Amino acid sequence: MAVGIVGYGAHLPRRRIKVEEIAKVWGADAPSYKKGLELLQKSVPALDEDTITLSVEAARNALARAEIDPKEIGAIYVGSESHPYAVKPSGATVAEAIGAVPDCHCADFEFACKAGSEGMFVAYGLVKAGLIKYGMGIGADTSQGAPGDALEYSAAAGAAAFIMGADERKIIATVDETFSFMTDTPDFWRREHQFYPSHGGRFTGEPAYFRTVTGAVKGILEKSGMKPTDFKYAVFHQPNGKFPKRAAKMLGFTFEQIDIGRVVPWLGNTYSGASPIGLTAILDVANPGDRILMCSYGSGAGSDAFIYTVRDRVREVRDRAPRTRWQLDENVMYVEYGEYAKLRRKIRMAGE
Amino acid sequence: MPPARSWRAYPQTYRLEAARCTKCGKAFYPPRLVCPECHNRTFETFAMKRTGKVVSHTVIRTPASAFSALQPFAVGIVEMDDGPRLTVQIADVKFEELKIGLPVRLEFRRIFSEGESGVIQYGHKAVPIRQ
Amino acid sequence: MRDVAVIGVGMQKWGELWEKSTRDIFVESALLAMDDAGVDRLDAMYVGSMSPGIFASQEHLESLMADYLGQKHIPATRVESACASGGLAFRLAWLAVSSGISDVVLAGGVEKMTDVSGGQATHALATAADMKWEGMSGVTFPGLYAMMAVAHMAKYGTTRRQLASVAVKNHDNGLLNPRAQFHLKISIDDVINSVKVADPLNILDCSPITDGAAAVILCPADHVKKFKKPGVKVIGSGHATDTIALHDRADLAALKGVGEAAARAYKMAGKKPEQIDFAEVHDCFTIAEVIVSEALGFFPAGKGGPGAEAGETARGGRIPINTSGGLKSKGHPVGATGIAQIVELTEQLRGEAGERQLKKARVGLAQNMGGSGGTALVHILEVM
Repeated sequence: MAVGIVGYGAHLPRRRIKVEEIAKVWGADAPSYKKGLELLQKSVPALDEDTITLSVEAARNALARAEIDPKEIGAIYVGSESHPYAVKPSGATVAEAIGAVPDCHCADFEFACKAGSEGMFVAYGLVKAGLIKYGMGIGADTSQGAPGDALEYSAAAGAAAFIMGADERKIIATVDETFSFMTDTPDFWRREHQFYPSHGGRFTGEPAYFRTVTGAVKGILEKSGMKPTDFKYAVFHQPNGKFPKRAAKMLGFTFEQIDIGRVVPWLGNTYSGASPIGLTAILDVANPGDRILMCSYGSGAGSDAFIYTVRDRVREVRDRAPRTRWQLDENVMYVEYGEYAKLRRKIRMAGE
Repeated sequence: MPPARSWRAYPQTYRLEAARCTKCGKAFYPPRLVCPECHNRTFETFAMKRTGKVVSHTVIRTPASAFSALQPFAVGIVEMDDGPRLTVQIADVKFEELKIGLPVRLEFRRIFSEGESGVIQYGHKAVPIRQ
Repeated sequence: MRDVAVIGVGMQKWGELWEKSTRDIFVESALLAMDDAGVDRLDAMYVGSMSPGIFASQEHLESLMADYLGQKHIPATRVESACASGGLAFRLAWLAVSSGISDVVLAGGVEKMTDVSGGQATHALATAADMKWEGMSGVTFPGLYAMMAVAHMAKYGTTRRQLASVAVKNHDNGLLNPRAQFHLKISIDDVINSVKVADPLNILDCSPITDGAAAVILCPADHVKKFKKPGVKVIGSGHATDTIALHDRADLAALKGVGEAAARAYKMAGKKPEQIDFAEVHDCFTIAEVIVSEALGFFPAGKGGPGAEAGETARGGRIPINTSGGLKSKGHPVGATGIAQIVELTEQLRGEAGERQLKKARVGLAQNMGGSGGTALVHILEVM
């Protein structure tokens, strides 16, 4: 029985801030940040946007493409490192907003930037096991970067939602294989009650991101008996523009394969949304028969890898919701650092 | 706001559920117990389409304290394609773009939260349709 | 039903009355009214106040005021109808005397708005709207009236300067009213360049936050000879509601509730709009006076703006509106406004309006309104 994506959708905030704007305030050298991170700008959520609101809109876009009755969704999982509540799941509000309640399983996921792919993995698993008809996995974040820290240039906001199902008539892309690779690696973390995360500097690179991503990709290629040239597209977790390029090179993938999914230069690092949003950008343009490799990465550390094959239905449904590239390029409003600091609650009105 | 007060309105605030009078056909948001037009008491519920147009607008520059962090913000009366009119914030818009007839779409947004520890109220704001 | 007259009025200066509490300002104005009428004992009283709970953390105002006015055991009623609380208190007092149940009744209004912060005051006033379905958008009262202005300007071509001319006129009138909060001459450009509040309205289009009270004494018209000063007769009273939410009205550029209340008052009085010599109307915002002047029949729909600009509503014009200075310069302690309008009518009709005195003042009209027009009260008074 084939199981796969029956609906997908991304939702990005409209505001953006350029690298130069942030660098100007902290006296940093903008050109070298832009070159070093391969990053132009990042998205900024408005004061009335959060992980839940972005997830609801992404879920609605996924439903528009799936054309199913929301009451048939048997599970909703939101993965994020910026859930609005420490106790009260984001998924419950999403489920209520789309009308999937009350016959629905729900839990929130956390594993740094791979929380979104976890939700996708579990939703897929429940459908494959025959326990539910449709399951939704959402990766969404409105992450914070500490002022003046390197991560401030890239910590961004966005959401992507995927509905998994086994309904032959509805599958947009099959899930052919999954593989997870995970170890205890303290490269990036946030303690309870801390507003900003902490990280181990260069330790986040080779021993963390690269070891884990290459471990997961090599694992899935071996498990499926495939090689890089079998894929039309690949999308890796994208904390900046450089890391996925290097990972591709290490693994034998070309730049052409990762180009479409590598949205980070214009969007920033959407954390749990990163590789899922990249996947939506690929599905927006992929052709039936195209094979896609997706590999997320979450600090702490782990990667979830998936292999998808695109089906005919993608052409019928992809324009039923706004395309990711349109949301990246057309629908933007630029802000300066002062407004950005206010929107990100780094500064607050007295008495608030 | 007490959690119960916002919770009981979820069908309206989260799913835009309205009600149509079975006798005269007029639609109401929020739903009513008695139709002000014909005094009929039966209605059928339906979820409104999220699109509509602005019929009047303003920019609030001196809000009540609960909304002070957002100032200045645009507010409008939106006539939904399904009939009822709502008063909503108009988000992600340049104030010069505000005009009677502006086509908008309602988007899920954070409406209000009491400090750092209260329940967060969600609902909808209007956003200009661009595409 | 008996005919009713107003036999005494009292009102002290309005403004930011830091040293005075809610009960101080009410009792002072009530005593002034009782002294004006020459009475020591009331049969009943009606106290209009919109939000003493929010402004002063005090409800049960009727009992408190009856107590502090020294009127032991009299029946007292607190009346709330947002900014029409005063007008409604007057109507209920009129009904009490008219019905024969009471002879000497005080109708008063009070609001002490300046102890709380501006943001809290804005919130208190916003409770006059539909809190769930309008309030949660963050819209304020200036915002609601601003949306009426946008609709009126689009439908009839009313201009920004026409709206501003209403504020200029009311400030000119207020200069002659010793009790007014503001004695300030302003120009149209002053209005347009003042701080923005809710586009297109600026702060000088808006009535202020004020502390103040006013009171009037009513008695059966037949008893007027027993009192020391002339009475003025209440010949018409009209009361109507409209949808609470502005968005549920078919025409955003009209105030149908006002039109309905006015029709009822005109019918009872046997008068037409042309027979009204002057009026006190609820200019909470400049646009409100424009739309109300049309709803009362003083101008055809859409002509209120040009009419104001041309001076038709000035002291020397065809239909003087707000000789007291209106809410704009006299102030707007919300629960007291409706009563203060009756004070102005009475003084004009008695010939006691000092420098504000109109030559032709035989029939006056007071229009008081709650929220964005959800409640409207219209009263017509005539010399006896």
